[in-house]
Amino acid sequence: MTDPIIRLSGIDKFYGDFQALYDVNAEIRTGEFFSLLGPSGCGKTTLLRTIAGFEDVSAGRVEIAGQSMENVPANRRPTNMVFQSYAIFPHMTVAENVAYGLKARKMPKDQIATEVATALKQVGLEGYGERASHAMSGGQRQRVALARALVLKPKVLLLDEPLSALDKKMREQMQSELRHLQRAVGITFILVTHDQEEALTMSDRIAVMFEGRIGQLASPQELYRRPVNRKVAEFIGVMNFLDVSVRAGTAGTFDCEIAGLGKAVVPAEQAPGGVDASVTAGVRPEMLTILSGENARSEREASGVVEDVYYYGDMTYYDVKLDGVDHPVTISMRNTAGRAVLSRQDRARVGWGAESVLLLK
Amino acid sequence: MSGFTKWRRSEEASGWLLVSPTLVYSILMLAAPLAMVVALSFWTQDYLQLDKTFTLKNYIEAWSEPIYQTLMGRSLKISAFVTALTILLAFPVAYYVSFYVPQKRKPLWIFLITIPFWTSYLMRIFLWKVILGYNGVVNGSLLGLGLIEQPLSFILYNQNAVVVTLAHAWVPFAILPIFVALEKIDRSLLEAAEDLGDGPLRRFIRVTLPLAMPGVVAATVIVFIPTIGDYVTPRLVGGPNGLMISNMIELQFKKANNAPLGAALALSAMFLVSVISLIFVWLNRKYLVGQK
Ligand SMILES: Nc1ncnc2c1ncn2[C@@H]1O[C@H](COP(=O)(O)OP(=O)(O)OP(=O)(O)O)[C@@H](O)[C@H]1O
Ligand SMILES: [Mg+2]
Repeated sequence: MTDPIIRLSGIDKFYGDFQALYDVNAEIRTGEFFSLLGPSGCGKTTLLRTIAGFEDVSAGRVEIAGQSMENVPANRRPTNMVFQSYAIFPHMTVAENVAYGLKARKMPKDQIATEVATALKQVGLEGYGERASHAMSGGQRQRVALARALVLKPKVLLLDEPLSALDKKMREQMQSELRHLQRAVGITFILVTHDQEEALTMSDRIAVMFEGRIGQLASPQELYRRPVNRKVAEFIGVMNFLDVSVRAGTAGTFDCEIAGLGKAVVPAEQAPGGVDASVTAGVRPEMLTILSGENARSEREASGVVEDVYYYGDMTYYDVKLDGVDHPVTISMRNTAGRAVLSRQDRARVGWGAESVLLLK
Repeated sequence: MSGFTKWRRSEEASGWLLVSPTLVYSILMLAAPLAMVVALSFWTQDYLQLDKTFTLKNYIEAWSEPIYQTLMGRSLKISAFVTALTILLAFPVAYYVSFYVPQKRKPLWIFLITIPFWTSYLMRIFLWKVILGYNGVVNGSLLGLGLIEQPLSFILYNQNAVVVTLAHAWVPFAILPIFVALEKIDRSLLEAAEDLGDGPLRRFIRVTLPLAMPGVVAATVIVFIPTIGDYVTPRLVGGPNGLMISNMIELQFKKANNAPLGAALALSAMFLVSVISLIFVWLNRKYLVGQK
């Protein structure tokens, strides 16, 4: 494993009395696609801006490529940014926009022209160079912003919610294009987003932030399968929470009595935050099954009543009220051939297994 | 519905209705006198007698006599200096208010900038006389400090004094359009410029200044046009060498009893101003292209 390209240690950030970042520590690996994910106002932009050099840290340090960025202004950092508003210079053509940073570096003219052409081609804007920048659509502007940053071959590219202004279809297209581009150029990308699906599909690793703190930093799979606490679990995908009473079992396990489901022996690694009175049991919707037909069997079974059915064609989502629990759980089922879709008020047998239960604080 | 009723209810009609008082007023107070002046410029006057036969004599005289050429040239030159000085003084103020004054205190600053308007224009010119005069504030201080032995005479009753006085009067008018243009600049553009490698100075030259240009051009037009025609300031602080074309126009209308020549001079000045303003309008268009 290569050295981290960015090392954030103990970063605090105050705006007056308001603390926007609390002791942020993270290492971002060279060449990875890294995402900062979190609800609005949690400090994602602030953290990105401290990396870019637009905000000073109140405490702690930012290191890029092994060098402390203390007193290094934004224009001398090896990072470039794609702004949320794209920040395309309105008084310049597309080509002039892309050439902006190269001119600042005093690159010879003919070389600039070649580089600009290459960069525009890279983002799929070949032949748009002479266009006035205001004559570009939102998606095209975003590509201009991307080309303008990439042409400088930064060590790290910072993207602040670059896709949030695009419509759904365009956004999905840009997601895959961004991913491909990142692999092609091999530059470390740090993407800010509040869209968990976007983060999961695009990133190598994700830092989930809440209220100025990193809640968990892990790969998408790990975040989904092993969220460290209730907050992260709620933010990433859908998680059903059920009351549980826990006793220490034998050899690193817990004996659990889960409301509505029943008894289970849960291994300690499924309780990442340890266990105390505040712990609840979490189960993903796809880890629960509706057992239909006499022969369907599961390791464990519970029962309940179907409260609502959401039919999506390939999938069906059920809200099922388990016996003895007052709020429904969500269960997702793939609509394979021959599987019946239940209706409201039907009684349902629910299959589950101890391996899919998480104990979360 | 008849065509007329339809028209009366249209947006166009209500637009006309809205501007009509202003329109009537400006036709009466501006267009009519202007038409009079145009007519006058093609006539001749013999003492108090107007000869209404068409002639170009006045224009030929206005454009060929050295004295008028000198005065016209001087007016243009003084206006150009005043405009340049005004913009140079106004830009930093506008920049400071836009970029360094906290958002909620900006209205207060703009309000403070308009305070000079509270005293009359004439009063301010007299104040400048006091400041620049032979026994004035500037000379008094410099003498008191022992920096000079004789009062400086080149600071009053000449063109410098006209430029300084006019610039002072017009700075607030120039600050406002420049301030508005600066306010409109999206701050993320400045961050982008910095992010792409520019230091503060280059960023200013490549982004801030071009984007502030519409405001600068507007300020130039606002200051340049009226100063060419100013005649109070040159009269009061200009001395014999600081007189401008309007002083001559006044002279022709009054003492010289040659209103037609005065009219021709006035229209010639107006023509020059129009040409110059059109150039600026064109410049502004050019800068405004690509900016929303
Ligand atoms: N210049 C500032 N002065 C004061 N407070 C600020 C400033 N910038 C941000 N904040 C505060 O810091 C917190 C984090 O802001 P930040 O912009 O980083 O959020 P974010 O995670 O990017 O949110 P969003 O998803 O809405 O963009 C917010 O509560 C915000 O109000
Ligand atoms: Mg943000």
